[in-house]
Amino acid sequence: MRGYLLKRLAQTIPVLFGISVLVFSMLHLAPGDPADLLLGSESTPESVAQLRQEMGLDRPLPVQYAAWAGRIVQGDFGRSTVLNREVLPEILKRFKNTLVLTSGALVFAIVFGIGIGILAAVYHQTLFDSVAMLIALAGLSMPTFFTGIVAILIFAMGLQILPSAGMYPARGGDFFDLLRHLLLPAITLGAVSAAILARMTRSAMLEVIQQDYVRTARAKGVGEHRIVWVHALRNASITIVTVLGMQIGYLLGGSVITEAVFSWPGLGQMMVRAIQARDYPMVQGGVLLIAVSFVFINLAVDLIYAWLDPRIRYS
Amino acid sequence: MSDISAKQSELAEAAPDIPARQSLFARLRKNRLSLFGGFLVLISVFMALSAPYLPLQDPNAVDTSVRLSAIGTPGHLLGTDELGRDIMSRLFWGARITLTVSLAATLIAMITGTILGLVSGYFLGWTDTVISRGVDVLMAFPYFLLALTVIAILGPGLLNGMLAIALVNVPFFARIIRGSTLSLRESDFVLAAKGMGAGHTRILFRHILLNSLSTLVVATTINLGFMITAAAALSFLGLGVQPPTSDWGTMLASGRQYLSAAPHTSYLPGLAIFLTVLGFNLLGDGLRDALDPRMRDS
Repeated sequence: MRGYLLKRLAQTIPVLFGISVLVFSMLHLAPGDPADLLLGSESTPESVAQLRQEMGLDRPLPVQYAAWAGRIVQGDFGRSTVLNREVLPEILKRFKNTLVLTSGALVFAIVFGIGIGILAAVYHQTLFDSVAMLIALAGLSMPTFFTGIVAILIFAMGLQILPSAGMYPARGGDFFDLLRHLLLPAITLGAVSAAILARMTRSAMLEVIQQDYVRTARAKGVGEHRIVWVHALRNASITIVTVLGMQIGYLLGGSVITEAVFSWPGLGQMMVRAIQARDYPMVQGGVLLIAVSFVFINLAVDLIYAWLDPRIRYS
Repeated sequence: MSDISAKQSELAEAAPDIPARQSLFARLRKNRLSLFGGFLVLISVFMALSAPYLPLQDPNAVDTSVRLSAIGTPGHLLGTDELGRDIMSRLFWGARITLTVSLAATLIAMITGTILGLVSGYFLGWTDTVISRGVDVLMAFPYFLLALTVIAILGPGLLNGMLAIALVNVPFFARIIRGSTLSLRESDFVLAAKGMGAGHTRILFRHILLNSLSTLVVATTINLGFMITAAAALSFLGLGVQPPTSDWGTMLASGRQYLSAAPHTSYLPGLAIFLTVLGFNLLGDGLRDALDPRMRDS
């Protein structure tokens, strides 16, 4: 396992390097002078010239990249051109809120997606199976922003049982207020993942249930409950964990839309505003933080995957 | 929005190169859900194509005296939006923009991804290493974040939005076609063509690509649904299509501010997106099953 861990860690290095090059290049690929872009609307020829010198824009690109990467490693993500504040504390504060939202969505996707997938496999070719899979397919086709609006129309405006925007009431609130505010955005964001998980769990379980060793277990008189939970689910869990890992990336990226629908004060909403205002340090910081987190989440998923299936770490 | 990687793993289950294309439509016809999907797709294509020829009102004609009219208002079958513009007409004209942007983005992604996949899987060596690592880096980004990154570089707009969602999908096609090329490059007919002196270009495009077409058709159909959602999402965030041009995503975004007074201004374009994406997903599922030999016997 240690060998596999080291191999997998080594594989992340070129990917992290690629991400950093892409994020660094954003300023240089965008039309206009990077110093002009960084200074925003308040730039003067003198300030542009000064920043150009400070950033070393006259030096070769690899030298500029090395200097930039050195600053990033030390936690210096630059200053927001719009807010005129340090980027890192701002994005970390927002990222925490995004993580709350994605965690809520993940819990919903796991409980409902895997739960419905297992039940659909156990009750294969019954009315429950057909209806569950039809709902899953509909959930898969429903754009997040539309799901969010339908949820607001029904639960916030129609039944008036849940709030439609923000993380806390305006007067402030406790943990239960947070849960009430989280419910609709988390279900909205997690709906597509739940649908994908339900479909994949069902097909993985069905495949395992048809294996010889399950038939043998049945022939030996093992109870149906034990067959589903011990034999089938354990072996299907490899597929489920893989899909789950992919879904975490989807949730991190997709949170941008959900945050916009529910005015959730997360990193995604901040990034959309930063893109509209061409606040490059903020966009670079946000992209870098989410992409690097995604790489490490994938790494963790791969390690769990190898732990579940020894064939992977020995291959 | 569906996840590319999940689609990829579902696609991997479909057998890539199945002959007996003559029975494809017969098999597709047996699948009622995919027929329904095809029907939904046809409706949206009809809306997009027929918009200029139907007696619809000007989609941009503002009439504040009838703003936020309800469904069934005389002269405005599906009501009006916040500026009194006819929603039915805007849905028909919006279909043109939504489908054109998604189709163009899919074509760009498909052509670029296919060429990269063919070259990478056929030549192997350093070409494969460079392309595959590039694809890995692109796939290391959550897909919507990558689209936002491209928009951040190029700036918001219809064309840039289209390029952004196309770029996000290049790895999807590149991976699928690379896999298909890897399995076909050692097949007898490719070795025979090589033996007869065929050049690389001819082998790649006449032999390998032609035999990967079924995989490509399924991948494209499934991908179109995703593209429509992604394009609408960018417009919804104000980063894609810019006013006065409007697609279903911008219609939904502007209607959101009038949810309590006129919810139909939001849910009608939302329904249009949902049904079209559902149509493409059902059709894609049906095509995949029809091309899967394991499903053929059942």
